[in-house]
Amino acid sequence: MSDPTAARVSLRTAAILTVFTVTFTTLMAATYQATKPAIEASAEEGRMKLVGEVLPTHLYDNALLTDYVEVSPRAGLGLDAQDDPARVFRARKAGAPAALVFEAVAPDGYSGKIRLLVAIGADNHVIGVRVVSHRETPGLGDYIEPKKDRNKASPWIRQFDAAGFGKVAAAEWKVKKDGGRFDSRAGATISARAVTGAVRRALQFAADNRDRLYGLPAKSSLSPEGEKT
Amino acid sequence: MSASTFREIARNGVWKQNTSLVQLLGLCPLLAVSATFVNGVSLAIATIFVMALSSGVVASVRNFIPHEIRIPVFILIIAALVTMVDLAMNAWLHELYLVLGIFIPLIVVNCIVLARVEAFAAKNTPLAAAWDGAMMGVGMVAAIAVLGGLRELIGTGMLFSGIEMVIPGARALQLLPEDYPGFLVAILPPGAFLVLGFLIAGRNWLDARAARRARPVTPVQAPA
Repeated sequence: MSDPTAARVSLRTAAILTVFTVTFTTLMAATYQATKPAIEASAEEGRMKLVGEVLPTHLYDNALLTDYVEVSPRAGLGLDAQDDPARVFRARKAGAPAALVFEAVAPDGYSGKIRLLVAIGADNHVIGVRVVSHRETPGLGDYIEPKKDRNKASPWIRQFDAAGFGKVAAAEWKVKKDGGRFDSRAGATISARAVTGAVRRALQFAADNRDRLYGLPAKSSLSPEGEKT
Repeated sequence: MSASTFREIARNGVWKQNTSLVQLLGLCPLLAVSATFVNGVSLAIATIFVMALSSGVVASVRNFIPHEIRIPVFILIIAALVTMVDLAMNAWLHELYLVLGIFIPLIVVNCIVLARVEAFAAKNTPLAAAWDGAMMGVGMVAAIAVLGGLRELIGTGMLFSGIEMVIPGARALQLLPEDYPGFLVAILPPGAFLVLGFLIAGRNWLDARAARRARPVTPVQAPA
């Protein structure tokens, strides 16, 4: 037999590579199909669990995760223009407004953005705040996350609970080091300052836009000028 | 394949050719996730799975892979298996998946996986290859367990924090007194290099000691 030509060898090799590609792509696609329901369920459960930490379930009775309004990044919740719009979930009890749950962002963390969930009651006080993601220094700035907070009895983030502009004026809604009313830990003020500011902005936004937020249909969006986009 | 071959493979993987302490391959995930014991060991266990599977699979199809395209095929196989492990963990170990996040896909580019496939699996039977992959992974687990455990203990005074993500209901241990102030550098990335350095030194010391004991000391000839 003479030497096979280069073209023949390439064709044969390409065919083998194709067989491998098809086989393993099939395996991957099958795994994807098999795991998809479980992945979607756990993502949903994860969101519910997080929302449940800021807003006790007995305070609302609607399908909270689908009843949201998207707020444009320019609207003062701390987002950058390239961010996705923040969602504001509208909790209702027997049809009446109960609370707003904000996806807020503190852009000025020590190490990038701190993402928060802030639940604000109908009477404009904070029901709960939780850090969703952050990259603050482990062991130093990460006390903003209650799991990492060494003070388990009263984690730092809980001092916002039940606070509102009625109790703490907007001008005093700062860490004590900046002349405000909220504690921070020595050596890690930046993280606390960032979170405090983000909570203040969410409160302010809720106070200014509550009726408009509730007036919009679910899954619509709110732009800063109040025009529907 | 005799039992002694399998023992030899195991010894190679766990001690003599330990990926993390001797070959120093795949350090990126090793250093990045070893801030706590649980994170490190979990990622290493995922790596064992991928290594055993990919070595076994490659070895069983090794006769069908033309030499000139072996590397694309190996990478395809490894990437497919990692994708499946990634999806499976996302579905059934979601909490842990959130923590390990980016590092699971990174197993694809953990050079140790390709290194074992190329150096061992491509020339051996599927069973031996899967065993080799698993043992290399066990070596990584052992190294990362010690590394993560030490970093966590020195850094925070605790051990097994985050265990509840893997075993619901389990609790972390507070080994040092509650008021232990913590030693931040151990948890930060530089701490990973420092502790790893000590581990490598310790392993070399053990080897050197074993070698000294194994052969009787020959008297040094006094100069005339």
